[in-house]
Amino acid sequence: MMAGVMSTSETVARVATEPALRLRGACKAYGAHDAVRAVDLEIAAGEVLTLIGPSGCGKSTLLRLAAGLERPDAGSVELGGREVAGSRWVPPEKRRVGLVFQDHALFPHLDVATNVAFGLDRLPRAQRGPRVAEVLDLVGLGHVRDRHPHELSGGEQQRVALARALAPCPSLVLLDEPFSSLDENLRAQVRADTLAAIRATGSAAMVVTHDQTEALSLGDRLAVMRDGVVEQVGAPTAVYETPANRFVATFMGDADFLPAHVQRALLTCEIGVVSTVPGWGDSDVHVEVMLRPHEVALRAEPTSTAVVERVEYHGAFVLHEVRLASGRTVRSWQQHGVRLEVGTAVDVTVVPGSRPVLLSGDTALTAPPA
Amino acid sequence: MTVPAPGLVRPRTRRRLLAAGRPGWSAAVLVVAAVIASPVVAVAVGALLQGGLQLPGGVGGMVATTLALTVLVALGTSVLGTGLAWLVSVHEFPGRRVLSWLLVLPLAVPAYILGFVFLSTFDYAGPVQTGLRSVLGDDLGALPVRSLGGATIVLVLTLYPYVYLLVRAAFSDLAPTAYDAARTLGASPARAFRTVLLPLARPSLAAGLALVTMEVLTDFATVQYFNVRTVSVGVYLVWKGSFDVASAVSLASLVLLFAVAVLAAERALRGDARYHQRGGRGRGLERRRLTGGRAVAATGACVTVAALAFGLPVLRLVTWAAAAVAEENPFTDTRFADHLTSSVLVAAIAATTCVLVSVVLAHALRLGGGPWVRAAAQVTTFGYAVPGAVVGIGVLALFSAADRLLQALGREDGTGILVTGSVLGILLAYVVRFTAPAYQAVDASFARIPPTVSASALTLGAGPGRLLGRVHLPLARSGVAVALTLVIVDAVKELPLVLLLRPFGFTTLSVWVYELASENFWERAALPALLIVLVAVVPVALTFRNPATRHAR
Repeated sequence: MMAGVMSTSETVARVATEPALRLRGACKAYGAHDAVRAVDLEIAAGEVLTLIGPSGCGKSTLLRLAAGLERPDAGSVELGGREVAGSRWVPPEKRRVGLVFQDHALFPHLDVATNVAFGLDRLPRAQRGPRVAEVLDLVGLGHVRDRHPHELSGGEQQRVALARALAPCPSLVLLDEPFSSLDENLRAQVRADTLAAIRATGSAAMVVTHDQTEALSLGDRLAVMRDGVVEQVGAPTAVYETPANRFVATFMGDADFLPAHVQRALLTCEIGVVSTVPGWGDSDVHVEVMLRPHEVALRAEPTSTAVVERVEYHGAFVLHEVRLASGRTVRSWQQHGVRLEVGTAVDVTVVPGSRPVLLSGDTALTAPPA
Repeated sequence: MTVPAPGLVRPRTRRRLLAAGRPGWSAAVLVVAAVIASPVVAVAVGALLQGGLQLPGGVGGMVATTLALTVLVALGTSVLGTGLAWLVSVHEFPGRRVLSWLLVLPLAVPAYILGFVFLSTFDYAGPVQTGLRSVLGDDLGALPVRSLGGATIVLVLTLYPYVYLLVRAAFSDLAPTAYDAARTLGASPARAFRTVLLPLARPSLAAGLALVTMEVLTDFATVQYFNVRTVSVGVYLVWKGSFDVASAVSLASLVLLFAVAVLAAERALRGDARYHQRGGRGRGLERRRLTGGRAVAATGACVTVAALAFGLPVLRLVTWAAAAVAEENPFTDTRFADHLTSSVLVAAIAATTCVLVSVVLAHALRLGGGPWVRAAAQVTTFGYAVPGAVVGIGVLALFSAADRLLQALGREDGTGILVTGSVLGILLAYVVRFTAPAYQAVDASFARIPPTVSASALTLGAGPGRLLGRVHLPLARSGVAVALTLVIVDAVKELPLVLLLRPFGFTTLSVWVYELASENFWERAALPALLIVLVAVVPVALTFRNPATRHAR
């Protein structure tokens, strides 16, 4: 083992500087199906990265590649700067990566304490008990150590699975849709607790999910996958507010697209002037503008040709769908108190200060097209 | 399956195990497959070298008889086995606990023992027909006891426990949620059984039926009592009559075709479906208490089956044995201890070997390794499909090849095994034959361990060895127990392999019983037959007294 010959300070220094996970050109196919195609991805030490994509996009395969449950067909995998797949192969039991599954995968024949202690076989026997107690306290389950998994609730099982994964102090924890088997009302709390526990240990984490809200609220960074390719990686705000392309834009939230025109740094479309586009002073191009419902403002205006077509009550907010003169529709979030009846003629504008995303084809524009 | 099953999760990784594989474990699978395939390969190569099949007359009839017998017994055992499993798993009635394991006991009565007891009772000179004649007069014709029907009844009564055991194990591993959900959705118990329990138990039913049909294909002793000439009987008669390897091999290849068809059917019936319990083992179904006439009927049905398949035959054997003991004390006969020791030793070694091999196979497959390893594991299950006589001839062919090799290397007398037969040959043949039932049982248990549990153990630092010892074996222990039971019972009962391969002077209880029964020394055959039953009862009883098994219920 390489780590064995390094001094502690060296290890710490390396863990601190090297990314917890680095995939380079990783490929994996199942028969004719390319599950993961030449993916490059890095997770910094201590960073929490959320991986999201529609089902079958290869996000679970990516996780399995990191854990060593799959061998990449091409490319390499590094953990803390140490290559574990590529020119050499390190089996999963020698990688010391934490793994939490959707079904929690607790050992049904072992009690909670033994489950958590399972990965501590390298620790001197005397230190195992205290470490088990420590991680169980971390997830707030010190009182269930003698119970068996089937005696626990789903949320408790999830937390035991997390404690078990964190017990050996892995520098990387992988979570495969860890919350999707939990009740909706339980999920937010368990999510917050899980994140707190991971932060407390300082481990880096990769959380696979298909829940957009979860992806946006959970991690430091967010990676969006489709068809085995990482479409965009960035901070949740960046991915949501400046998506790289149409897929990311629509996958991460509701979005409507309208044909638009940029002339002398002024963006106009069917609903009028949208915004100014600094730096596009010399442009005169046709593009598309992406409007998220929270960016669209409505005001009753009897002379308008736009008409409210559908109203969806969501509690704190009310979603209005408006049909424009062209037949296209845009959606708008309105405050709880605003109830524009179906059929109301409304004036549609963009909320002041919005900087809507522009697209040419399926690609988002960050600069005027040449 | 279209019925969504609440409480069961189909993990997203259900098809992907740990595809990375382990070279050492994968190699072990290949070696096991090669050893198990070797006798069959030896026979097949022999058949090919002699060119063309040499089939005796009457083959068409044998094939038709084999087909009819197989279908009839499969139908009978699936109705009886599944029905009884359902009765004791879903209902509560007087005597259920005792009856649920009494119903396994017929596994301890080999067909060739039940067969001769059945015949002695129902044949023309037996008490039943004699009694009927004394009541109805002598013009009553002879009942067609020695017939396909008679053979079917005897085989169903001895073989249904395979289906019963596996289906009941599947039921007891179920979480009650699926069944309860179906019931609360308004399904009658019968519909819940048909739409929820049966589909979930389908893989187990398929495995049980495969075991049953393989037994039918391989049997030649029992059916001979009934003048039923299956292809296996043909193989044996041709071999014993003329030591004509060529014809025996040709006929055996027909039986092999039957076996392949059965395995294909089992795969189709089992399908892709593998269902994993959420959060580990289920606690079994909540049983519905039967009252009044229904309770009496349920108890009555179980008692009747247990009595017909076990109680009455054993009673008759005991009566005979008592008569024999009264006449002369057979226990002073040293052959008793000798034959008993031979049977038990061979069975214990064979069972241990088979279960070890099965665990290696199942574990290696869980570790991954790709299509070759999976194919090799599949090969090992074919051993059971090869009739004992063919495995025997294959082993003889292998040893003769070894002899020739040794002679070529300069040892003039070779291994010396071929002429005299050998216990090693018997053990090899047992491993070839009985790894399949052991593996079926162990594999069924492994299939219920979610792949995510294996993956979790690996990522927590457990290598393949620790994964096996700490996770796979404890979770598969019910399958291991079933596998040990099945192989011990099978090995003690096994007849044709021993007849073919035994060294001079080596006799097991089964051979002794067969020799005595074929000469109609029923009273003298009764005592060793009882001993076989007794030996076979012990592991059956142990399985059900195991507190761990009971705890899991």
